[in-house]
Amino acid sequence: MAGRWINKLTHADVTPEAAFLNRRQIIAGAAGLGLGTMISPAMAQEAGDLTPNTWEEITQYNNYYEFGTGKEDPAKYADQLTIAPWTVKIDGLVDRPGDYAFDEIMSQMTVEERIYRFRCVEAWSMVVPWNGFELADLLALAGVQEGGKYVAFETLHRPEEMPGARYPVLDWPYVEGLRLDEALHPLTIMATGIYGRDIPIQNGAPLRLVVPWKYGFKSIKSVVRITVTDDEPPTSWNKANASEYGFYSNVNPTVDHPRWTQASERPIGGGLFAKRQPTLMFNGYETEVAALYEGMDLKANF
Amino acid sequence: MTLVDRFNAAARSVPTAPVYALAVLPGVWFFYLGLTGGLGVEPIKALEHKLGELALQFLVAGLAVTPLRRQLGVNLLKFRRMLGLVAFFYVVAHLLVWLVLDVQLLGQIWADILKRPYITVGMVGFLLLVPLALTSNNWSVRKLGPTWRKLHKLTYGAVLLGALHYVMLVKGFQIEPLMYLATILALLALRVRIPLRKAAA
Repeated sequence: MAGRWINKLTHADVTPEAAFLNRRQIIAGAAGLGLGTMISPAMAQEAGDLTPNTWEEITQYNNYYEFGTGKEDPAKYADQLTIAPWTVKIDGLVDRPGDYAFDEIMSQMTVEERIYRFRCVEAWSMVVPWNGFELADLLALAGVQEGGKYVAFETLHRPEEMPGARYPVLDWPYVEGLRLDEALHPLTIMATGIYGRDIPIQNGAPLRLVVPWKYGFKSIKSVVRITVTDDEPPTSWNKANASEYGFYSNVNPTVDHPRWTQASERPIGGGLFAKRQPTLMFNGYETEVAALYEGMDLKANF
Repeated sequence: MTLVDRFNAAARSVPTAPVYALAVLPGVWFFYLGLTGGLGVEPIKALEHKLGELALQFLVAGLAVTPLRRQLGVNLLKFRRMLGLVAFFYVVAHLLVWLVLDVQLLGQIWADILKRPYITVGMVGFLLLVPLALTSNNWSVRKLGPTWRKLHKLTYGAVLLGALHYVMLVKGFQIEPLMYLATILALLALRVRIPLRKAAA
């Protein structure tokens, strides 16, 4: 809708799976020779190859604590949730605050495919072929006002349809936030589909945020409210444990989580003997997003 | 014969060897499931957690033997060594999955043990179990005499550290690890004997 360049490549245009596997074996061999820590940029690019995970992997292994803390709980209990009708309340420092019906939003957005790396703070990763639109376009719909500096997000809280939300695992509803420039960055999308199909509930239907250079928990699911603020909004995991989860939560192999290393990750789909691979700075999107954090101490602002 | 007497008689007639085989079967089964896709798309963590949980369950079972006998007259003393050794088997299996399949890098393993408190706690718990496993034979029991009983009180520390390890590793407020911890604390509390003389005075 913004009249920008639109990606027309789809997952079908990416390296065929068989060819990719061959290449991965070569990389694994190189890592075995002790080259793992001095990987060249070109090899790092290879290690972060963008062959999407399978539909099953993406939809059967989820962190969505409103449905339970087990990885398979979201897929198991997802059908208990009704997602139609759905409205997103957009408020705060915007020109046109209000309840935006999901269908109304979709009628004005241009959906495109984005194949992104997805890195969980728990040190596993996937590649997901999302379908969605840029968050900037949605925010333009509401019109961000002059003083807006941050964007706050909220997930649906409906314990009667979300069994995990009946337990105080986190302070419900789940909330997240971005700085306005992060929210307006062209890589930041609201995803409404995967592999060209409607996004399943366990992955955050009907629409969820995807910020590919941040740990997965920043990419808040099943969004019901978006608020433009002038103050840094509270975020759920930061509220639960401030020493472990910061506001920024950019993927950064040099800043460890207090309980585990972030230097490497395990790609999902490699089975019982899956090899770890080095984690890339900003999850491989350094060229695109490093400028957002120029001059910032990323160890202090983790 | 009361129900308890009948249970005890039945337990006496059960040989321990096949019980060992049965007790390690879940571990073997989960490994098989991990190999064949039965543990989901990320079988490494799944297997690691299953084995850790089994270890904790057998440790709790071992801890329950004495209170069961004292409070209810149910005698499973014959199986206590088996419960302890099988628990140790699962702790070692859990540790191996973590070392070989999960962390993979030797340097990283050492860093994790020193730097990550939940891993340090788990590791200390494992080390406490090593002398117990090594002395869980008749010869050691005879040789060590009263020292053996004292030595094997290390179980209490090991089980507590095991539960603590679990409590410390989960994200957010989760109930299951706390239930293990509460159960273990209750089983330990049942062992605290109020001195009789004080009660009489």
